[in-house]
Amino acid sequence: MGLLNKLDSVDGFDSGNIVLTSVESLLNWGRLSSIWQMSFGLACCAIEFMAANASNFDMGRFGVIPRPSPRTSDVIIISGTVTLKMASRIKRLYEQMPDPKYVISMGSCANCGGPYWEHGYHVLKGVDRVIPVDVYIPGCPPRPEALLEGLIRLRDKIRHQTMVKHTA
Amino acid sequence: MSTANAPVSIEEIHADLQSKFSDMIGELRREPAATGTPYIVVAAEWIRDVCLYLRDEPRLLMNKLDLLSCVDFRQINGQEYAGQLGVVYHLSSLRQDGNDWRTIHRCALRVYTPVEDPRVPSVSRVWRHADWHEREGYDMFGIRFEGHPDLRRILLPDDWQGHPLRKDYEVPEYYNGMRVPY
Repeated sequence: MGLLNKLDSVDGFDSGNIVLTSVESLLNWGRLSSIWQMSFGLACCAIEFMAANASNFDMGRFGVIPRPSPRTSDVIIISGTVTLKMASRIKRLYEQMPDPKYVISMGSCANCGGPYWEHGYHVLKGVDRVIPVDVYIPGCPPRPEALLEGLIRLRDKIRHQTMVKHTA
Repeated sequence: MSTANAPVSIEEIHADLQSKFSDMIGELRREPAATGTPYIVVAAEWIRDVCLYLRDEPRLLMNKLDLLSCVDFRQINGQEYAGQLGVVYHLSSLRQDGNDWRTIHRCALRVYTPVEDPRVPSVSRVWRHADWHEREGYDMFGIRFEGHPDLRRILLPDDWQGHPLRKDYEVPEYYNGMRVPY
């Protein structure tokens, strides 16, 4: 939305007291710049997820802060194999998150069952069977760059959310 | 110290067990014959006593259970093991030698139990860490380890039906409203 481009620039606003924007883009901008994630990892994808949080990839620069509770989280990253035993727990965690809430499905297992698709009697074949997913990240496991890409896709999605009913 | 830590071969252990437990001890086998790990077949109802003897006999001192695993033998070797599940015990003797700990000798035991009513005495009082191994065996194969202090499922949910590593296990269509097949 370019607000920050006005900072210290020659083409800044003339009067210091006025900022022009729409409520919608202000809300979306605030929301997409502080996507608080739930501290939640499941399997080997969680290792890449931790790497993305650590200093080399530094997911924190996008305003992603790990939260210890679902009640203060905006996004849950399903990083790994979802067993049937875990699926009901994930559903409960998701239901405890306040709206608006987002889900990133990370890696083949969370997307579709991954290597367990055929003989995994204990694996849920895709987390979208229990909770709605916003962004799917392919890979087994996806590299941290891929997770950052998924996060940026989620930011794009939030940026274009609207309160107005679309009419044809 | 060096004489006390002398290794005992599996043939000697087998002969020792046969003299002590007579016909409760089966043959010493290798599969495949040339290269496989040798194992001693034991009558299932005697496994706890045999293990206790192996642990406490001063020459043997099998103080460590490396692994307790269960196998569905029904489709592995044809008719030979028809209708049988099995439990395999890998034991080793870990002793202090100066400042080091060394494995002196190893042996493997095997018991068979019918698939209709699989019951094997628990060795969790012999080696405490057999506890969770046996719970896993119960979870995956439905073998009842008699005398186990807390024989519950360890990996799968408590309300799971069936024992999934049995060869005739059928994957359920639904579990708690969630579709299981792809």
